[in-house]
Amino acid sequence: MGSLTLQDIQKSFGKTDVLNGIDLSVSDGEFLVFVGPSGCGKSTLLRIVAGLENPSAGQVLIDDKNVTTVPPAKRGIAMVFQTYALYPHLSVQDNMSLALQQNNESKQLIQQRVEKASDLLSLDTLLKRRPAELSGGQRQRVAIGRAIVREPSLFLFDEPLSNLDAALRVQTRLEIARLHNELSATMIYVTHDQVEAMTLADRIVVLNNGLIQQVGTPMELYNNPVNLFVAGFIGTPKMNFIPGDKLGLPNVQTIGVRPEHISLVESDGELQGTVTHVEHLGADTNIYVSCEGLEPVVVRVFGEFHVDQGASAALRFQENSALQFDATGMRI
Amino acid sequence: MSTVRNSISNSVASHAVLLLYTFIALFPVVLIVINSFKTRKAIFRSPLSPPNEETFSTVGYETVMKQGDFILYFQNSLIVTVVSIFFVLLFGAMAAFALSEYRFKGNTLMGLYLALGIMIPIRLGTVSILQLMVATGLVNTLTALILVYTAQGLPLAIFILSEFMHQVSKDLKDAGRIDGLSEYRIFYRLVMPLVRPALATVAIFTMIPIWNDLWFPLILAPAEATKTVTLGSQVFIGQFVTDWNAVLAALSMAIVPVLLLYIIFSRQLISGLTAGAVK
Repeated sequence: MGSLTLQDIQKSFGKTDVLNGIDLSVSDGEFLVFVGPSGCGKSTLLRIVAGLENPSAGQVLIDDKNVTTVPPAKRGIAMVFQTYALYPHLSVQDNMSLALQQNNESKQLIQQRVEKASDLLSLDTLLKRRPAELSGGQRQRVAIGRAIVREPSLFLFDEPLSNLDAALRVQTRLEIARLHNELSATMIYVTHDQVEAMTLADRIVVLNNGLIQQVGTPMELYNNPVNLFVAGFIGTPKMNFIPGDKLGLPNVQTIGVRPEHISLVESDGELQGTVTHVEHLGADTNIYVSCEGLEPVVVRVFGEFHVDQGASAALRFQENSALQFDATGMRI
Repeated sequence: MSTVRNSISNSVASHAVLLLYTFIALFPVVLIVINSFKTRKAIFRSPLSPPNEETFSTVGYETVMKQGDFILYFQNSLIVTVVSIFFVLLFGAMAAFALSEYRFKGNTLMGLYLALGIMIPIRLGTVSILQLMVATGLVNTLTALILVYTAQGLPLAIFILSEFMHQVSKDLKDAGRIDGLSEYRIFYRLVMPLVRPALATVAIFTMIPIWNDLWFPLILAPAEATKTVTLGSQVFIGQFVTDWNAVLAALSMAIVPVLLLYIIFSRQLISGLTAGAVK
């Protein structure tokens, strides 16, 4: 229970095309993440899956049933919003049980489900409180609880961690990962944060300009990006892009090398430049090297590494680490 | 250390300004009330002094009670005001919800059209309104007044409320939809409580002109059975002689119900503000 198929989904608001034909299938129990820059259509796509937005064309199938025209409440989905969207006038308990009450479930069943969810998220002590009396992290847990109570076949998360501070974000991220394991439910998660995408996803869908750029496991996207966009979007610091003719490869438009695949050497490297800036992050060190006629190249060295600003440096690429792209930005 | 002194002098200054404003605003009201308890001679001899043993008199109130059916006038005014406010808030909120929530063709145009009434005084249409009322047989009924006042109050109500409803979190309404709430329940249970301060504001803005209006009662419902308080008080103002005691007494009494309504709504306003919307 909980597969999703999207067939040629298109959406335009007035004259603006937001989604230009999305085909995707998600299997039962999978954790799928939509990731992309803002305005790429990822939230719109999620809202179409939820039924909050109608597609201009195409079909949404949940568990092989066409639900394109079915209202959100009847699709067997639950959604967690970025702004929590708890009902301000209801207690935590009532927030969680509202959907079941609306569905005319028995009191006993509601009680049972709410208890189970509050156990899972340790909300027991908060059940009588109003949302205004909760902290941001607690509110988001309640919102997740409200989704769990419905026992949906599909969980939808719309940037659920964006309003939390950094520490809570990590903690809630772990909590969502744990929930996915325990509930073994299908989850679709939208984020613009690639760390969330990489850490949570079974598969990642990279979107840009209303089109799917690539679908794959986090490591597939990291190691084998199909085009320049995916290569640049996944990984921090960003992949370095160097014109092919600078490296003596006139048939290749762009060479992409990840910062962690470059090392600083005394001499005899692929490129020669001077160190312009060094960032010490403790666990690793980012070194910005400016080479003639190029954007600054970022080199990532693990651990502490000391190098003076202005020092000259040669850059050597790890073997087989350089990716080649043609003039249209596709991998060769 | 200078900050402390600054804040004291600041607060003295701001209080002085507020007190002055309060004084100016309350002065005519107080004048009406104190003079309503004085003899006619005392009103003219020393209009600013409060009533004392010598000048105290309730003759104005007695006249008001004797002449005409003032209880009925009050009742009429109250019915017209309360029912009109109810309809203005109900229809105004519904229209505002539709305008702010749903995307449809001509949305902006519709919003502008509905707000147009703010700029065009409804009194310009008095003659046609009267013709309409005559044709429908509504002259000398409270219904006529309620209809006109509802129409008069709607443009501002829609304008203010739709601005407020834009601010209600979209996610909250979507959460309601996913939980299976109907659009009506989303409107009544989620959105209305969150815009309560705006509703109170609109209610107060709508109430005052209706309660004070003389124009439409005079034209549409001048019959004895449908007279409102402001119209009823006009009996005492003659071309040559004015019974000031009675006029002041009637006006003083007219303040009371509207004051009560105001207190009710401002409570709503304050509780609406302190309930605190959740982000």
